[in-house]
Amino acid sequence: MSTSAEPVAQRADRRLIALRIALPILVGVVFLGTWQILVTWLQVPKFVLPAPSLIATAFVDDFASLMGSLWFTLTVTVEAFILAVVGGVALAVLFSQSEIVATALFPYAVILQVTPVVSIAPLIIIWVGYDNVRVALLILAWIVAFFPVLSNTTLGLRSTDHNLRNLMQLYGASRWRILTEVQFPSALPYLLAGMKISGGLSLIGAVVAEFVAGSGASTGLAWRIIEAGNRLDIPRMFAALALLSVLGIAIFGVLSAFEYLMLRHWHESAVRREN
Amino acid sequence: MDQRPPDHITAAPSLAAKPPIVTLDGVSKAYANGTVALRDVNLSIGRAQFVSLLGPSGCGKSTLLRLIAGLGDLTGGRIDWPGSAKASDGTPKRDLGFVFQEPTLMPWANVFDNVYLPLKLGRLSRKQARPRIMDALAMVGLEKFERSYPRELSGGMKMRVSIARALITRPSVLLMDEPFAALDEITRFRLNDDLLRLWAGRDWTVIFVTHSVYESVYLSNRIVVMGARPGRITADLAIDAPYPRSEAFRMIPAYNEYCRMVSAELHATMGEASPE
Ligand SMILES: Nc1ncnc2c1ncn2[C@@H]1O[C@H](COP(=O)(O)OP(=O)(O)OP(=O)(O)O)[C@@H](O)[C@H]1O
Ligand SMILES: [Mg+2]
Repeated sequence: MSTSAEPVAQRADRRLIALRIALPILVGVVFLGTWQILVTWLQVPKFVLPAPSLIATAFVDDFASLMGSLWFTLTVTVEAFILAVVGGVALAVLFSQSEIVATALFPYAVILQVTPVVSIAPLIIIWVGYDNVRVALLILAWIVAFFPVLSNTTLGLRSTDHNLRNLMQLYGASRWRILTEVQFPSALPYLLAGMKISGGLSLIGAVVAEFVAGSGASTGLAWRIIEAGNRLDIPRMFAALALLSVLGIAIFGVLSAFEYLMLRHWHESAVRREN
Repeated sequence: MDQRPPDHITAAPSLAAKPPIVTLDGVSKAYANGTVALRDVNLSIGRAQFVSLLGPSGCGKSTLLRLIAGLGDLTGGRIDWPGSAKASDGTPKRDLGFVFQEPTLMPWANVFDNVYLPLKLGRLSRKQARPRIMDALAMVGLEKFERSYPRELSGGMKMRVSIARALITRPSVLLMDEPFAALDEITRFRLNDDLLRLWAGRDWTVIFVTHSVYESVYLSNRIVVMGARPGRITADLAIDAPYPRSEAFRMIPAYNEYCRMVSAELHATMGEASPE
């Protein structure tokens, strides 16, 4: 019985995965095709809306400089993200161990979170100095990105099964042991959900901060967009924009895959239900 | 026996003669929301007793068991462990096993690792622990499921994992909160017998919460009946039938007599007339 049920389920699975990849691609192709046809047909000027083919040409022409910018933005984003995860988790652990520290500091974390990054960016850039814009971008992206990790992990550490914690106490486990053996694994799904939000925010933070920094001091994708805008080189602007979207999707994809890998054995969100 | 407070409900002499391993003196517990779960509970449990706590739902059985295990603060009274060694901070070192009313497994760990947890905390390596874990799993009939995750098990199987985890440290006091409530009758009977065999083999104490009159009579040599609102002890009965007990025990007149007696006490506690 199970021998015949298994392959059917697997086949259905594979078809589902294929569909999940094929369907968005199909939508994209249809969209680009319609765009190309409409722009050509209506003779839309290229400084208003360039045809996809023009954008592709711009992409090829400027490949080296765009890739350099992509690399810059990517590294700032990834570094800010890693610091956000490390900082967010460390703070959450600290908060979970001491109610006093949590009560004292949490409001400031919230303040940092609700202050629009655009409004503090100039200040941070001035403090860090114009010759250090990359560091300023890192700080700003971190400020935007760390809060989801902090708040999700804090919630996760608190929602450990009460009896499980009691069980650990019964066996005389230290606080550290309780944290590592049961609290942290219980918090993992929450942390991973926070990381997915945080990954997108790191990119947004890195880009927005670069917009504010303006000038040619930085060389990320945001700067490519400003530069192209100033020169009314719209195809190039679109090429940079497309790269940004791809980067955002890639970050989300990698983090989703990571989440699935970590939770696939046990968590409701990742386990395929059979009823 | 004569040292006990006068209001203490004493069990039959054959049981009271054993040295107490834990004593509860006027234990009360009120929860933060105002519920008085226990009021003035006095109880003395001796080594090698198999005590069943029997009572209607909500009468504080789980609360009492948790307090005995040192989980949660008392609102009044005291709990002493006369014979136990003290840890460096003065609290008694008890080696307890606890089976919660819910399975309380770690969903991220497979069956093996769930049972391994207490030994891991005792710094035993996985390799050293392996034979003991496989023994414990075999005892609850789950040796083929060591790699399964809790979500892949039925309710009763999860409960058996929880029992295996409680037994793995070979505790001198085992506290069980309705451990077999989710099991079918055959498995339940088998585990009852396994538990009795384990208990007979060693000089340890079991405190066992159950809803079932039959189960309590079959297993225990002492039954403490509790009443609700507020939770208190209303009867303390000795079941003086010899061990080992087996299926044949369920057939003899004395067994039925005990069941009738315990059932009558329970009905009296719940304020109803006995069905007979
Ligand atoms: N955490 C809690 N907060 C407030 N009240 C509680 C809490 N836990 C239990 N109670 C109350 O204490 C009383 C005793 O609960 P307890 O769980 O000990 O009952 P029980 O005898 O184990 O019942 P059951 O047989 O249904 O498991 C109940 O009235 C319940 O409402
Ligand atoms: Mg209960």
